[in-house]
This record gives sequence, structure tokens and C-alpha cells, in this order.
Amino acid sequence: MTTPLIRTETLSKTYHIGGGDVRALVDLSIEIAKGEMVAIMGPSGSGKSTCMNLLGCLDTPSAGNYWLAGEDVSQLDSDALAHIRNEKVGFVFQQFNLLARATALDNVELPLTYGRVPRRLRHQKAEKALAAVGLADRMDHRPSQLSGGQMQRVAIARAIVNNPHVLMADEPTGALDSRTGAEIMALFQRLNAEGITVIVVTHDEHVAAHARRILRFRDGRLVADEAVAAPVRAAEAVAAAAGAVEAPGAASAPLGGPLVPEAV
Amino acid sequence: MTYVDCLRAAITALKANLLRSILTSLGIIIGISSVIAMVAIGSGAETRVKESIESLGSNIMIVLNGSRTTGGARGGTGSNVTLTEDDAQALQRDIPSVEVAAPAVQGRFQLVFGNTNWSTSVQGITEEYMIARNWHIDQGRTFSEVEYRSAGKVVLIGSTVAERLFPGEDPIGKVIRINKVPVQVVGTLATKGQTPFGQDQDDVAFIPLTTAKKRVLGGRWVKSNLVGSITVKVREADSVADAEKQVTDLLRQRHRIPEGGQDDFNIRNISQFLAARAESTRVMGILLASVAAISLIVGGIGIMNIMLVSVTERTREIGLRMALGARRRDILTQFVVEAITLSLLGGLIGVALGIGGSHLIAQTGDWPVLIEAQAIMMAVGFSAAVGVFFGFYPARKASKLDPIDALRYE
Ligand SMILES: Nc1ncnc2c1ncn2[C@@H]1O[C@H](COP(=O)(O)OP(=O)(O)O)[C@@H](O)[C@H]1O
Ligand SMILES: [Mg+2]
Repeated sequence: MTTPLIRTETLSKTYHIGGGDVRALVDLSIEIAKGEMVAIMGPSGSGKSTCMNLLGCLDTPSAGNYWLAGEDVSQLDSDALAHIRNEKVGFVFQQFNLLARATALDNVELPLTYGRVPRRLRHQKAEKALAAVGLADRMDHRPSQLSGGQMQRVAIARAIVNNPHVLMADEPTGALDSRTGAEIMALFQRLNAEGITVIVVTHDEHVAAHARRILRFRDGRLVADEAVAAPVRAAEAVAAAAGAVEAPGAASAPLGGPLVPEAV
Repeated sequence: MTYVDCLRAAITALKANLLRSILTSLGIIIGISSVIAMVAIGSGAETRVKESIESLGSNIMIVLNGSRTTGGARGGTGSNVTLTEDDAQALQRDIPSVEVAAPAVQGRFQLVFGNTNWSTSVQGITEEYMIARNWHIDQGRTFSEVEYRSAGKVVLIGSTVAERLFPGEDPIGKVIRINKVPVQVVGTLATKGQTPFGQDQDDVAFIPLTTAKKRVLGGRWVKSNLVGSITVKVREADSVADAEKQVTDLLRQRHRIPEGGQDDFNIRNISQFLAARAESTRVMGILLASVAAISLIVGGIGIMNIMLVSVTERTREIGLRMALGARRRDILTQFVVEAITLSLLGGLIGVALGIGGSHLIAQTGDWPVLIEAQAIMMAVGFSAAVGVFFGFYPARKASKLDPIDALRYE
């Protein structure tokens, strides 16, 4: 293989609070290749989020090195990190973090405004991204007019709108019911199949089972790096559930299906 | 993020808390509107005063008779008549800086034409008076040499008198009676407007000095050389103050007033008034500046306060924007632009209210107002500056947030 998308060498993060040090991440040395779908697993407080924040260039390490797409990003200043986050990383959060006053389209356009993409092109890209997550008919809706699953899909559209190298999701299904969670995982799997590298942070074994590789953390250390022989295929589960309860098409139709607006 | 994007974000944010935004701008609104209104009133008064001073002439002084004191009771200006036509001639002849010195007598009389009548100030004048006070003829003609010399039964009337006595009629050639003396209107005077003291200068009638003394005033005036006043016009280039001193000296000498004795005349000139006006303008300016400064500071603190609240409320939003690629300076710009928008909004509403208020004052108070583009530009500029100044600290605070902490903020 060529240069891995992500490579870390003894990457560490230590927080100093009060008298003692909290070693949130200890000597992490991993490689993640382009196109992988990786789950970061571990109990609460094990350093998953810290790891993701470092890999996503939201945070800077206390020690060690990190190369993203071959570039050493461990010592960059905040402007350079902002630039990398804008162009190379897409974040999805547990709480969606959408701007309440803005429409779905405006929310998705947000990263592009920081990339100084011209207005017209922004619209086009954002529309495309929303269509890709099955929300072509919800562009002018505000977050309050959307369901949890739809909000998370807007957030995913926002994360992929700039064609990032890697999509990072911290507990993306944590605020959703299991069925909607499955829809979101199906969406991640589809995006991954289309070539985007996906890293999902979760404490949930079932969610992790959707990935092809699981990194297990405990007390800030990587304790296991497993390949998943047969990842759960979320789209099938969703389809099965939809068939079982005769759900309206709106909930599941776009997932894995052709990228056309839902017929209501 | 471009400025347009920042502006859009700012408007969205301000609209989200519309009432709060308006209340926050209130300080600026009140400050700017009152300043605009006060400046408008001030400049209106200023121009009115300036116009009327120009019509009066700034190089004019008026010598009036002094007062007589009889048994402790002082009679007031003009009660002790000592000025003479010869004094006037001497002033004009002997003082180089005096261009003309015009003797005149004056009195209030009822003017009667048919069954209309009008009480006005009647001035008995010489030709010099027309020059000194810069009077011009509107219609008809001025008095002839002969009329001036031999008490011609003629009159020049001001535009107010013309309107009152001859509404819709041509006054020229008509005969009116002043104190029962029939005089013929030979001309009307060009309109001058009000004096700085609010007097209607066009409410006058002029007759030759000789006519006034012999025919209208009568009595002791008939044979005497005395006059009621001498209007002195100082040459354009010369100092009115210097001229005043020379006039005083010459009159004292002519009236044989001993060293240390009191003048038996009074000199009034516009320059005293000008000085007072300059002072009041200065006071007004200081007052205005302090009102503006205080209200803008108070308004600015309000904006700073609300921006700090806003930054705290939107900590997660800030974290999110940073996660999506906002640089520190993008966040800084966004919040500064928001503060400027808020204060500029206040400024613009203030300007609108100020203009509206001034017009209201102009209409209801019959007070001239003048809204200058300069004042509006200053107001708008200052309110924007307030936004920058008071918005900077909260914006800087926002831009210094740590993205992870901000994202995690509850
Ligand atoms: N800003 C911080 N300051 C101090 N300690 C922190 C901070 N962020 C995380 N930690 C600590 O680091 C450890 C790992 O946290 P985190 O990465 O959030 O765990 P996880 O996401 O796996 O639940 C925890 O013990 C947590 O208390
Ligand atoms: Mg976590």
C-alpha cells in the first residue's frame, strides 16, 4: 500500500488538572488506510473522543507525531489546523450540532463558507450532499422541523460536502433510537463503499460491528486492533425492519437506494 | 468567511433575538436621534441668526441717545436727547473708518389708508440711512434730493406694511396718512426678514428726516437739530471695535463730557451679539458632544454586555464553526460584524427618528431646523465605531475559545 491516510507514532495527550495528570491518550501508534471503516471502541473515559479530536485536528497532541495524508500535522498552528479541518476532515457529533436558525441547506453550506467557495458553487455542492443523504426534499427545513435521524443526516451531509479525506463520527447514533441508528450506520457504510474513509467512535458493540476494523481502548491505551470478518450490513437490517412493520417509504427508501428525492 | 457571509450570519443572529437586539440598540437609538435633532435645531437657529445678521450688517453700529435722570428716576435710553444731525456729519467727516453716519428719528404711528390702518415704526431718514442699512427699493423709486431737503410728503413702505395696508393692490402712488399727515407711497422696500432678535424688519415706513420732524413728529423737533439715532456704517476692512472707540471719543468731545463723566449716548453693535452667539454656539457644541458621548458610551456598554451574553450562549456554535474550519479571525470578524450591525442599526434608526423628530419640532414649534448630511454621516460613523470598539472584546473572547471545550459546552 502507498502512504496511509492516517499514521500516528506514540501520539499522546495528557491533561494537567489540579495536582495530577490525566493521561487521556497514551502512546498511540496506528495506521489507517484510505477507504477503511474503523470503529473506535471502549468504555466511557477510555480516551476515544480524545483520540478522535487529535485525529480530526481539533486538538494538538502533548507528545508524538501524526501524519494526515502524508503531512505532519502534529505541530501546526491553529489557522493551519482550521484549514485542514475545513478541507480534509468531516465531523459528525452525537448531538448533531446544527445551527438552529439556519435551514438544512445553510447548515450544509457552512464549511464551504469557511473554504471561501463562491456562493453558487456552495449551493450546488450542498444540494448534492443533501441529496446524497436522502434529504433532497428537506433543504429548506430548519432543524426543529426535522426528526433526529434527519438532523443527523443533515450533519453527515455537512461533513461530506467538502469531499473530506476522512469522516469522523463521535457516538453518531448515541442520541437516536436503534432503528434510526441503523439507518445512519447504513448511510456511513454506503459512503464508505463510495470511497470515504470513516472513523466511528462508539461504546456500543453493535454499532462497532458495522466497521471492518475495531480499535479497542482502555485507560487511554490501544488494547486491541481487530479485523471484523463479517461486518453487520445495516441496509439489510433496515430493509428487514421496514418490511416487518410496513413503514412509510419516507423513513427508509433513500438508504442504499437510488439517490432520488423521496416520494411522499 | 466573506464579509457578506458574516453580515448574513449577523442578521440571522440578531433576528433570532429581535426584541433583545432592539432593546440593546436603544441606547444608541436615543443618543443618535437626540444628537441629530439637537444638531438640526442648532444649525437651524444658526442659519437663521446668520441670515438675519447678514441682513442687519455686521459692520453697523447704532448710536442712541442716553438716559436722563430726574430726581433719581432714570428715564431709559433715548430719554435724554443730545444727538444732532451735526454729530452725524462730524462722525462721517472726521472719522476715516466711518463710511456713512446716518441720522434718523423714529416713532410708532398709525398708518391709515381708506378704512384700513396699521401701526408701524416710522423712520425719518436721510439718504445715508438707505446706504448704511443696505436698504433697496423693490418697486417704485426712492426719495429725490428735493424731497429729502424740503420735507416732501412721500413715504417708502416695507413689505409687511404693504401687505397689511394694500392687500392685493399696487401701493405705488397711493396716499396714506401718518399721524394725519397725508403722504404718497413712492416705493416699496425689498424684503429683509427678521432681525436676530426676532423683529420683523419689513414692518417699517420711511419718510424723509425733514418730513418726520416738521410734519409728523412736530413739537420740539420742528426747529431743532436733534435726532433720535445715528446709524454708523464702518468701512468693510476696518474694525468695528476701533471705530466704536473713535465714535465714542468724538461724541464725548462734541458733547463736552468731562474726563470720567458718563456718556450721554449709547452705542449698540452686532459684534457684541456675535460674541455672545459664538459663546452660546460653543456651549451648545460642548453640550451636544457630551450628550452624544455619554449616550454612545452607554449604548456601547449595552452592546458589549449583550455580545458577551451572546458569545456565552453560542459557545457550542462557536466550537462547531471552528470544527468546520473557522479560523480564529473568522470568529472574531463574525462577532465584530454582529456588534457593528447592532450599533449601526441603532444608528440608522436613531438618524431616522432624529430627522422625524426635527421635522416635528420644525412644524409644531415653528422653529427652523437644518439637517446636514455631515451630521448624519458623523452619527452613522460614530455608531459603527462604537460597534467596533465595544464589540471587539466579546468577539476576541469568542475567537480565543478552545474548539473542544466550546463543542462540549452545555
Ligand atoms: N479537557 C479535559 N481536561 C481534563 N481531562 C480531560 C479533558 N478531556 C478529557 N479528559 C479526560 O480524559 C479521559 C478521556 O476522555 P475522553 O477522550 O473524552 O473519553 P471517552 O470519549 O472515551 O469517553 C477522561 O478521563 C477524561 O476525564
Ligand atoms: Mg467521548
